[in-house]
Amino acid sequence: MISNAELVKKYCRHDKKFPHIWCPGCGNGIILNGMLRAIDSIGLAKDDIAFVSGIGCSGRAPVYVDFNTLHTTHGRALAFATGLKLANEKLQVIVAMGDGDSTAIGGNHFIHACRRNIDMTAIIFNNYIYGMTGGQYSPTTPHGAKGSTCRAGNIENPFNISALAEAAGASFVARTTTYHVMQLQDLIKKAIRHHGFAVVEVVTHCPTLYGRLNKVGGATEMLKWQKESAIHKKKAEKMTAEELAGKIITGVLVERDLPEYCDLYNEIIREAQEQVSGGEAS
Amino acid sequence: MSKKSPYRLMQGNEAAAEGAMAAGVRFFAGYPITPSTEIAEILSIRLPELGGKFIQMEDEIASIAAIIGASLGGAKALTATSGPGFSLMQENLGYACLTETPLVIVNVMRGGPSTGLPTSPSQGDVMQARWGTHGDHPIIVLCPSSVEETFHYAVKAVNLSEKYRNPVILLMDEVIGHMRARVELPPWSMVETVNRIKPNMPPEWYIPYERSSMGVSPMASFGEGYRYHVTGLVHDVKGFPTSKPREARENILGLFKKIERGFKEICLVDYIHMKDAQHAIVAYGCMVLSARSAIEQLRADGIKVGLIKLGTLWPFPRFALEHFLPQLKTILVPELNMGQIYREVVRVNAGRAVVEKINKINGEIISPDEIIKSMKGLAR
Repeated sequence: MISNAELVKKYCRHDKKFPHIWCPGCGNGIILNGMLRAIDSIGLAKDDIAFVSGIGCSGRAPVYVDFNTLHTTHGRALAFATGLKLANEKLQVIVAMGDGDSTAIGGNHFIHACRRNIDMTAIIFNNYIYGMTGGQYSPTTPHGAKGSTCRAGNIENPFNISALAEAAGASFVARTTTYHVMQLQDLIKKAIRHHGFAVVEVVTHCPTLYGRLNKVGGATEMLKWQKESAIHKKKAEKMTAEELAGKIITGVLVERDLPEYCDLYNEIIREAQEQVSGGEAS
Repeated sequence: MSKKSPYRLMQGNEAAAEGAMAAGVRFFAGYPITPSTEIAEILSIRLPELGGKFIQMEDEIASIAAIIGASLGGAKALTATSGPGFSLMQENLGYACLTETPLVIVNVMRGGPSTGLPTSPSQGDVMQARWGTHGDHPIIVLCPSSVEETFHYAVKAVNLSEKYRNPVILLMDEVIGHMRARVELPPWSMVETVNRIKPNMPPEWYIPYERSSMGVSPMASFGEGYRYHVTGLVHDVKGFPTSKPREARENILGLFKKIERGFKEICLVDYIHMKDAQHAIVAYGCMVLSARSAIEQLRADGIKVGLIKLGTLWPFPRFALEHFLPQLKTILVPELNMGQIYREVVRVNAGRAVVEKINKINGEIISPDEIIKSMKGLAR
């Protein structure tokens, strides 16, 4: 297995002014590490990878790595990625998004990307909070949990991102946490290899804001909570709804073989070109 | 093969689609909206025939995002919309300005504000096209005034966007978009096309936002081996976010400088009967049609009136006016808004001639008779 030092040397941008902007104890680096290891084990060429993000803490991930990197506007990453993929299908498009990014401001783009089934991978950094702007509650903040804009506890109900992706038609959906680093790599690898729209929801920890506001401790305590809350899908299938309350179901949740958008569109091009003789005659 | 007539009956929206394809557009993303929908419908059929792609997105925010992505992927990309959709595009229009991504937005204007008058003509988006997105930025806005001109302006819009790495807005009005006219278009092989400058240095030497002497930097497509970073944050020449005042200043001023350098080439202006004119009508879009008709009659009645036809609205072609100001007594600006270009004319005029306006915002156009009446009153 590749060492962290080799991973940094091979994939990180040395001319970018490090250190990164993430707080001490943040889980985002673990996700980036997992993604790089997945890429390395598949053996993808750096030139062929387009790494796209939106806005927020997760949005800063692309700047540190040596791929074709695109840091877009808040919530819109998947829409940018859609055009990019259609213009150059050879690109392996990976999109990093946060929970607010993908399911609040970008919720519409997210569900439509799921149903279109374009071959790309969406990695969602779900830390249950808006970290970059100071800890406001997000669409995944649990009912009753605190944020800087819900000091008395969240009265809204959270989205289940993976269930949303499944219902919207994503052909691959998986969930893991930043504690389960081996599973994280493995699921991202499977998602990249999947031919179609793949979602990997990663439950990550924000000790600086979520941890402090909810008094659940620092990074160590939050990782410990992830470890104790995670239940693999196979085990979860045998458990009751009461037993599963507050648990994080991990593993590959959905894997279905659906026609991929670019393949279908290329068929349209082929048929259209067959019907037209004389090429570009106007 | 049978000999084809050089003439075709065509709608303005169709001419926009045709011009874009002739200029090399091979990607379209859009969302249905009246009165621009024909452009999407036509391109959904034609682009696959050319090996290009059409996609209908979930909204206009996604539409412009997708064409930015496609442009970074190497395609010449277009979207088409109308007022409400154009409002939604403002966010990512700014992104395209700052990241210097070539693309063309066709905005077939309709009555506003809000849902407004969906199928009626308006020219209410002139200032929105200039300043709709937040922050200081230059923009190129072309405004055709006939069906045939729409074809040529669509070509020009694509070419300018590629040359200057800047979004270009083809600002049409409903009259031009839906009007059918006989046109004679050149074969595509005769259409001059411009492609963005590509880097020719080895990837390790490529500095993505380092400007050439022309003020524009070479643009690599994603996947060509030049791995670089694109961000909507203010960035240094390497494309990485910066908050250093000197680098921030250089980034934003660079956007303006490239457009200033190209000012003369970007500005499209035509003059009709201006040589001996003592009075001028400044018009654009469908108002040119009424103005031309009015001028013929006013001339027949002995009033020396001419037309300054603005093909480019932004950057504002101030020289077109300044050149004639010494000979002009009055300037009349008919617009289907409350006076958006009128204010620019007043600014450039700086108190020299008498500047008057005619405005309509009720979904009707200003007729030649209304212009004649107003001009006769002024010229008296």
